Amino acid sequence: MSARHDAGQGSSGLTRRAVLQGVAAVGGLVLCLHESGRIAHAGVAPPKYGVDAEPGGAVENPLIFVAIHPDDSVTITVARPEMGQGIRTSLALVVADELDAEWERVRVVQAPGDQARYGNQDTDGSRSMRHFFQPMRRVGAAARMMLESAAAAHWGVPVSEVQAERQRVSRRGGEPSLTYGELAEAAIRESVPAPDRVKLKHPGQFRYIGKLSTRAIDGADIVSGRARYGIDTRLDGMLYAVVARPAVLGGKLVHYDARAALAVPGVVRVVEIASHPQPPRSYPLGGVAVLAHNTWAAIKGREALTIQWHDGPNAKFDSQQFQAVLEQAVRHPATVVRDDGDALTALRGAGTRLEAEYYLPFLAHASMEPPAATARIVDGHCEVWAPVQDPQGVRDLITGLLGMKESDVTVNVTLLGGAFGRKSLGDFAGEAAVLSKAMGGTPVKVMWTREDDIRHDYYQAVAMERLEARLGADGLPVAWLHRSASPTEDATFVAGAEGEDDGEYGMGMINVPFQIPNIRLEIPKVPAYTRIGWFRSVYNIAHGFAIQSFIDELAHAAGRDPRDYLLALLGPSRRVDPRTLSDQWNYGESPMRYPLDTGRWRAVIERATREAGWGRTLPKGRGLGLAATYSFMSYAAAVVEAEVDSAGRITVPRVDIAFDCGPQVNPDRVRAQLEGACIMGLTLAKYGSITFKGGRVQQSNFDDYALLRLPEAPREIHVHVLESSFDVPLGGVGEPGLPPIAPALANAIFAATGRRIRRLPLGEKLA
Amino acid sequence: MPLTLRINGRFVAVEAHADTPLLWVLRDELGLTGAKFGCGMGLCGACVVHVDGQPVRACVTPVSAVQSRPITTVENISADRVGRAVQDAWLAVGVPQCGYCQAGQIMSAVALLRQTPQPSDDQIDDAMTGNICRCGTYPRIRAAIHRAAQHLRETP
Ligand code: FES
Ligand code: FES
Repeated sequence: MSARHDAGQGSSGLTRRAVLQGVAAVGGLVLCLHESGRIAHAGVAPPKYGVDAEPGGAVENPLIFVAIHPDDSVTITVARPEMGQGIRTSLALVVADELDAEWERVRVVQAPGDQARYGNQDTDGSRSMRHFFQPMRRVGAAARMMLESAAAAHWGVPVSEVQAERQRVSRRGGEPSLTYGELAEAAIRESVPAPDRVKLKHPGQFRYIGKLSTRAIDGADIVSGRARYGIDTRLDGMLYAVVARPAVLGGKLVHYDARAALAVPGVVRVVEIASHPQPPRSYPLGGVAVLAHNTWAAIKGREALTIQWHDGPNAKFDSQQFQAVLEQAVRHPATVVRDDGDALTALRGAGTRLEAEYYLPFLAHASMEPPAATARIVDGHCEVWAPVQDPQGVRDLITGLLGMKESDVTVNVTLLGGAFGRKSLGDFAGEAAVLSKAMGGTPVKVMWTREDDIRHDYYQAVAMERLEARLGADGLPVAWLHRSASPTEDATFVAGAEGEDDGEYGMGMINVPFQIPNIRLEIPKVPAYTRIGWFRSVYNIAHGFAIQSFIDELAHAAGRDPRDYLLALLGPSRRVDPRTLSDQWNYGESPMRYPLDTGRWRAVIERATREAGWGRTLPKGRGLGLAATYSFMSYAAAVVEAEVDSAGRITVPRVDIAFDCGPQVNPDRVRAQLEGACIMGLTLAKYGSITFKGGRVQQSNFDDYALLRLPEAPREIHVHVLESSFDVPLGGVGEPGLPPIAPALANAIFAATGRRIRRLPLGEKLA
Repeated sequence: MPLTLRINGRFVAVEAHADTPLLWVLRDELGLTGAKFGCGMGLCGACVVHVDGQPVRACVTPVSAVQSRPITTVENISADRVGRAVQDAWLAVGVPQCGYCQAGQIMSAVALLRQTPQPSDDQIDDAMTGNICRCGTYPRIRAAIHRAAQHLRETP
């Protein structure tokens, strides 16, 4: 078996973003994907879901992913980038388990961007395990079958007479066994079994899948400083570049004076980077690059530049004024995306009527590793090393930017020092490639400072959410109106796109399965003035915050316990076809395979509240808050215990999270993701805010864009993952823990103080 | 200017301007990339190394200020008993997610345990507040420090 890394053939180039752009955006292939259900009804083509609908799909050839060496070591190629979710360990352990390899002998190789060869590599949407668990099981099992065939041929016995276990194949009856290393060469010549012939283990036979104690592949390198991130690439003769970019999106360079910069010792050259017409896409923003012999000289050189910019049409953007625009937007009728019954009439009846508006500002990802990338061009071949979530997308970008053939561009994927969606778009890698070209192919590492990162992110969109409800005699709502005003990520790719698309309002807004007869959901069209991107769990953050806060408000208005009220709203356990909730998207998954299961949603609520001691008496100034969300095919409930002292300072002593993602492949990493989501959720609730004035981001570093620090972390975070059989399809893990945290905190603050939080962030203390 | 640094027990000669932060000398000139860049302003702790055994933020420490003083980076922390205990605890507890901040976390934790072998939660808070982890590994950092402390106590 082999693991050769050559440049592959073309890929479709269609990315998740294109899929997400939806019906409002671009035509052709995208529409086909979106409307595949309808086309199928017309008898044209069966709908594609899951990984089959992703560019590149899944590749199941063991010759591409598994190499066994004569010394019995095993190399497993992982095609999905590692950003802290543990995927290099988790995908490799799936292959290793079905292969029956010894984990201590497994080494992991990271695939470069090449979807034709490796299948889909665009690592976002909490999809890696959901989409590749079964394919990677079959990869490992197929390799094992080939080894068994080779052994059977060696002994001249039927394959049923031999059995692989722990890297040896033995023959019934006790001949000496052969090691995988001894069999590898012969095994390559065996034919690869067809996917439907591959024999998988029974879950009871798993050695690594679902077990708690699998050694992390990169752990030892990380704790010894050997792990290599994008920022760590070093090539002979490499120059370091720091770039001055337009402060306002769409701004243009008018004039620059590089004399003082060039006088800084160590500075080699100053190079202009071309800007691109709007929309911004993943293109470099343009500007002026200072190239130097080390990072510090490049930083100093940039400080010495004198630059005149033309700010362009976004120069008036003011996020504070924009709040008023969003408020107006949610107070007026807008595009109806779901309309059950007659909510407008039902809202006007007698009885308690509530309305509330929730505001969540722009957010920056602020991964601890800022964007950084290295490129060189040798003999017409551009090679890039970069921490990117979508290596094929970056390859396509650079192919276009340099006017090269795809086969002349290699994108190597380093470890990602955090990403959270920022590194889905590779503008920074594009800068490195363009600068290397400008320098005649010399290796160039582009370094972003923290200020660059905060000011030139693809931001989580600001959102204003308005909810209205009228309660019936039993205290439950008879009518529900929700308007969600938030710029769309589509605007990053399609000029003038306005308002959330179906994939965006599909994130926790449209698919509410509540027992309410009259539901009306509307999407106002609001513009984007900056680069909008994806941030862990994306639009689920705002929808989850508004809906779960509002339900808490309704419960209190009805005089009911918030948990009982939420359970009553969800109603009895049942499986709901998302299409009956007007949700055609369903995260790209089959509505039959992945229905919305209110029983699982109820179960996480019941578990979290039970574990947290819901209903227990707390001292004055303390309260428990509950929120529960369904996103990325997984169910999460959080109970936050908050304490507010007499000065208004908020502490969170304890959080309980119950989670159902179906079966767990790497249970320890599932828990780690939930702990991390809890910290990130508290961070955005307390501090998360990017603001604009004059089109410019006003924050710049961790002094004005604060992140939660260790003393503020809850002393107790209890994660309760519900057990599930491997017959259940897998749910996502990286993102779905985040949405319930902020509303659970806000609800806890209400329980503690009677103060209702409708605007984030809270700040250090309640004002 | 030519400088002599004492890094991980070895003397090394480098050429750098006096005001260059130690971080960039380590990373760019010497290839010691374990210490990371996170903010450049002393706000995040990703760049922490030890100078004279004390945790120092290399991004705001001019290289000229540490000439001939002993510098230890994460690459050599396993040469030390406390360092090894911390690394082992980090792996046993499964602290790292992306891992980017962890070199700095480990350097701060080692310095804490040398000073305070059995730290309380409050002492951990004080010692680790300067190290940001965006992945949110704080609960496990706390657990791993306690574990390392226990290991050091039980195996003299
Ligand atoms: S990089 Fe030195 S403290 Fe952040
Ligand atoms: S582990 Fe990723 S920033 Fe700490």
